[in-house]
Amino acid sequence: MGERQLMKGNEAVAEAAVRAGCRFFAGYPITPQNEIPEYLSWRLPEVGGAFVQAESELAAINMVYGAGGAGVRAMTSSSSPGVTLKQEGISYMAAAEVPGVIVNMVRGGPGLGGIQPAQSDYYQATRGGGHGDYRTIVFGPATIQEAVDVMARAFELADKYRTPVVVLGDGYIGQMMEPVSLPDFVDPAALPPKPWATTGARGRKPNVINSLYLDPEQCEKLNRKLQAKYQEITAAEQTAELSWPDSEYYVVAYGTTARICRAAVQEARAKGLSVGLVRPVTLWPFPVDTFAKILDRARAFLTVEMSLGQMVDDVRLAVDGRCPVYFYGRTGGMVPSVDEVAVEIEKMVEGGGRR
Amino acid sequence: MTGRWERPAGTEVVYERPEALTDAVTHYCPGCTHGIAHRLVAEVIDELGVRERTVAIASVGCSVLAYNYFAVDAQQAAHGRAPAVATGIKRVRPDCVVFTYQGDGDLAAIGTAEIIHAAMRGEKITVIFINNAIFGMTGGQMAPTTLVGQTTTTTPGGRLPERIGYPIRICEMLAQLDGAAYVARQALSSPQNIARAKRSIRKAFEAQLGGHGLGIVELLSTCNVNWKMNPVDALKWLEANMIPVFPLGEFKDWSKAGEMAATFGGLGEVAG
Repeated sequence: MGERQLMKGNEAVAEAAVRAGCRFFAGYPITPQNEIPEYLSWRLPEVGGAFVQAESELAAINMVYGAGGAGVRAMTSSSSPGVTLKQEGISYMAAAEVPGVIVNMVRGGPGLGGIQPAQSDYYQATRGGGHGDYRTIVFGPATIQEAVDVMARAFELADKYRTPVVVLGDGYIGQMMEPVSLPDFVDPAALPPKPWATTGARGRKPNVINSLYLDPEQCEKLNRKLQAKYQEITAAEQTAELSWPDSEYYVVAYGTTARICRAAVQEARAKGLSVGLVRPVTLWPFPVDTFAKILDRARAFLTVEMSLGQMVDDVRLAVDGRCPVYFYGRTGGMVPSVDEVAVEIEKMVEGGGRR
Repeated sequence: MTGRWERPAGTEVVYERPEALTDAVTHYCPGCTHGIAHRLVAEVIDELGVRERTVAIASVGCSVLAYNYFAVDAQQAAHGRAPAVATGIKRVRPDCVVFTYQGDGDLAAIGTAEIIHAAMRGEKITVIFINNAIFGMTGGQMAPTTLVGQTTTTTPGGRLPERIGYPIRICEMLAQLDGAAYVARQALSSPQNIARAKRSIRKAFEAQLGGHGLGIVELLSTCNVNWKMNPVDALKWLEANMIPVFPLGEFKDWSKAGEMAATFGGLGEVAG
């Protein structure tokens, strides 16, 4: 770990990728993530990597498919409308088991939406997003430091499980500045070999990166193999932060929203209310095990999002009808305030929840 | 039948399967020229001695299974994205020889942006472009290269220019781009034309090996099944109808110095 320095989120994410051994980036300009390609356009060549400004998001993700398939740590970044275009390539990467990292600094939608922060791409990120029966690992960092930390983890897991990994930030995570400690450099040459990669069939049988299975039995077999991998990931990679674990009531939030909720929870606790905070860090796999730990004593949950209710579905699945789950959200680039959340916490407690 | 066939003493091999082709039986229809194109590419890879550092990109269309036929590393690409996939591979593995193999739907319809921008960037890749004026794999729909008046399953009365426009000439377009080092169109319609096609394929690979830029060879090809002809008539139809619309020849050749000076002289640089 280096000394702490003040960095803008997008630039910190870009530097973290380089330090994680990423040596290929392709992307297309879109606000609010432009500092990532701008930074990597000079930084990657400096470390012997390659940067390509692509003609479209479709081309960019397919370049990542090529580079990742050739065995090099590769990434792309974008914001909501651009990530929609990338879904084609993400589906192919999931099926062909090509590692890669996709950063989405989410902005308001649907359609062209706006350029202010949002969390309304939660469904798209956590349900696969493209066609077919697949999932991607999804991180939802709440600070610039955590964004830096999950970049390293994202590249590790992408390689470990041979799967695309999404880092779901938002306009705030991309644009604000915070002090960060950057990790040490990963030497790409020291990473475990990838004997499956397309590097030229020198003295071996040819490798093929492919997602075409015309025989339905073979296609089902691929799907079962992917599902087994997803079960392994679900068992091993759930990450969440549980604050005030002995509470009766809990607020659930991720990313930027979790910071606002933390302040609101602290206010409520100062008033003597028994409120805790569940902050999922992996959005897929969703940290159901964290919920399992508190379900016996929890009387109600309040989910807060910068959307009109997406993660709340996963909270309800995790709670499984054992107590009420309330929701509060702002969307389209509007951000919930501490006061708004405080009011919702009081409503939850007044409602009483399960006895 | 037992044992391996042994070449009788006193004979010599004059024709055999290139090392860069597998012994898989292809799925191509009888009479289709994909087999000729595959063989020419494989012969060139063998002759250049690059099989063990070649990566092929199979596209979507009839050649989607090309990774089963070329004895090289391969990646299957989403429809139209082969030049983007090739870009990703070539940028991280510059010592690899990367080629795409794409049909006219893949390259000239859904993948138009990808081929133009790969050429614009001057990617050191080779593109084999099969133009048979029709969507083969999906059953004979109109391609962007379908000729005026040509009947397909989506132009049942023939391609009417007032409604659907005119065939797209990819080579003529790409030859305008400074990043394209070699651009040629040949036809797989006769022994003479096939020999020319092979020379062009070799140059398109040499453009990559020499780091000159993108090399593309458009190969006028037949789809006798979807054209609803026998293979011989299909070859005659190609020569009579396609060549007048898609003239053969080299549109761009980095090795011809005068042409390069005209193309690159003073272009694309910001002064001061």
